[in-house]
Amino acid sequence: MTADLITSLYVFLLAAFLGFEVIKRVSPLLHTPLMSLTNALDAIAVVGAIVILGERKSPLSTVLGALAVGASISNVVGGFLITDRMLKMFKTTKTKKS
Amino acid sequence: MTPLVTDHIIQVTYLAATVLFILALKWMSAPSTARRGVWAGELGMALAIGGTLFDRGIIDYHWIAIALVVGSIIGVPLGLVHMTAVPQRTALSHAFGAFSVALVGTAEFYLRSPHISHFMMSVLSMEVILGSLTVTGSLMAAGKLQEVLPQRPITFKGQNVVNLSILALAVVVAVYLVLHPEQKRLFPVLIAMPLIFGVLMIVPIGGADMPTVISLLNAYAGLSAAAMGFALDSKLLIIAGALDGSSGFILSVIMSKAMNRSFTNVLFGAFGQIKATAAAAHEAPAVRTATAEEAAGILAAANSVIIVPGYGMAVAQAQHKVRELYEALNKRGVTVKFGIHPVAGRMPGHMNVLLAEADIPYDKLLDMDAINSEFPETDVVLVIGANDVTNPAARKDHGSPIYGMPILDVDKARTVMVIKRSMSPGFAGIDNELYYLPKTLMLFGDARAFVGDIVRELGGGQH
Repeated sequence: MTADLITSLYVFLLAAFLGFEVIKRVSPLLHTPLMSLTNALDAIAVVGAIVILGERKSPLSTVLGALAVGASISNVVGGFLITDRMLKMFKTTKTKKS
Repeated sequence: MTPLVTDHIIQVTYLAATVLFILALKWMSAPSTARRGVWAGELGMALAIGGTLFDRGIIDYHWIAIALVVGSIIGVPLGLVHMTAVPQRTALSHAFGAFSVALVGTAEFYLRSPHISHFMMSVLSMEVILGSLTVTGSLMAAGKLQEVLPQRPITFKGQNVVNLSILALAVVVAVYLVLHPEQKRLFPVLIAMPLIFGVLMIVPIGGADMPTVISLLNAYAGLSAAAMGFALDSKLLIIAGALDGSSGFILSVIMSKAMNRSFTNVLFGAFGQIKATAAAAHEAPAVRTATAEEAAGILAAANSVIIVPGYGMAVAQAQHKVRELYEALNKRGVTVKFGIHPVAGRMPGHMNVLLAEADIPYDKLLDMDAINSEFPETDVVLVIGANDVTNPAARKDHGSPIYGMPILDVDKARTVMVIKRSMSPGFAGIDNELYYLPKTLMLFGDARAFVGDIVRELGGGQH
């Protein structure tokens, strides 16, 4: 467990630093779609929920798992959909005329 | 397939998903590559979900299929909301994400109790506490943004003490459960306390603080997902949670800086109250007003115009009329740019999305640092529904509650025109001395109607 924990902490810290460096460069123009995109990516929690639901270890875990899968997949679908809709609207003076 | 092979398949899909997620965020840096970022994210998500379905622990696919289909059906309308509803939709999706994480944490606890290691119980507690407070906090924020709840900050004496005590109680219960994971009866307290805290946390927050708060809730949602990754020993979840968490954190920092305030000040300050007293002491002098006809004449005679939009433009849904104005002025050879303050609107980037929706090219949308040097050489600034972010008091009046906040220097332009419903003070409750400058003209009326009238005077637009 401790070795796993240490590895996980390394992964977390590196990912957080990488996140800072990458997201710092996002143009303020795109802060709204950035938030809806990270929201959709964050819904990767769905993979944990799928396993809990599929294992059917107890009635409680099945119900909670089903709700969790539904909530996260709606974030996946809705999040990607609205991000793409927003980004489609961003045009420059040139692309607008062509 | 042998069990070992399926495990490898899952790991490979997760690794690919991780890479694609990081690329997705990298490609978000510029509008030209951003849509590629969405596709990368979608592909990564599809791979990860597909891989997970091979998990050997899964014995029943029936309910998974139903939950995936029902959830997707709910997700579609949430992805198709009108652009003006994007802030509340975002708050709602923070709630959904955190809800899912809190539920998984709860399920894990009851499946594992009483055999839970100290470490596992610590991360499960963190997952459940962060998840639960984000659920109610985000629902409250969405309610305020949708205006089903009062937007005015509500404060009472000892508020911070009460709020922090509730959170502290949750932490105490968490510590106790770490030591005694067999005490299942205490677990509901671990869920309930953060749920209450989430509500109370948003009660004192006013509308103009929403950009910071939404970003902060975004960070919490990400951190709770990362905690879930620790609990499930899933590197993919840890990474996705850390990326989301750092994104929310960076946005919160940008928003707080743009208001010259600290996180703690946003969360515990209840801005609106302090400012209301500052307003009462002030005696309002006369202002100069102008009609749409006069405004159109001034704009048409200008060489350069900067439009400064704020939340008022979003409320009045004036962005399409603003586009007509932009085109009418362009046709007359007037250079038109947009100056956008980081906290204009109700979430980070709100104004950019609305103006992009109205088909205004994004190379005309300039942020505060880029536009501020241009005001002194600008003939006319047209402020539409923005208030505090243009108040020169932030620059020079040490006594002002917004002193030190970076503002758009609209008062340095040759002429300033402000479209406003009335002289009533904005969110801040403080007078804006910009309105009393000799170079300022007040255009009283609804933003959409007034801009429409100006466009008509200029002889453009469709009616």
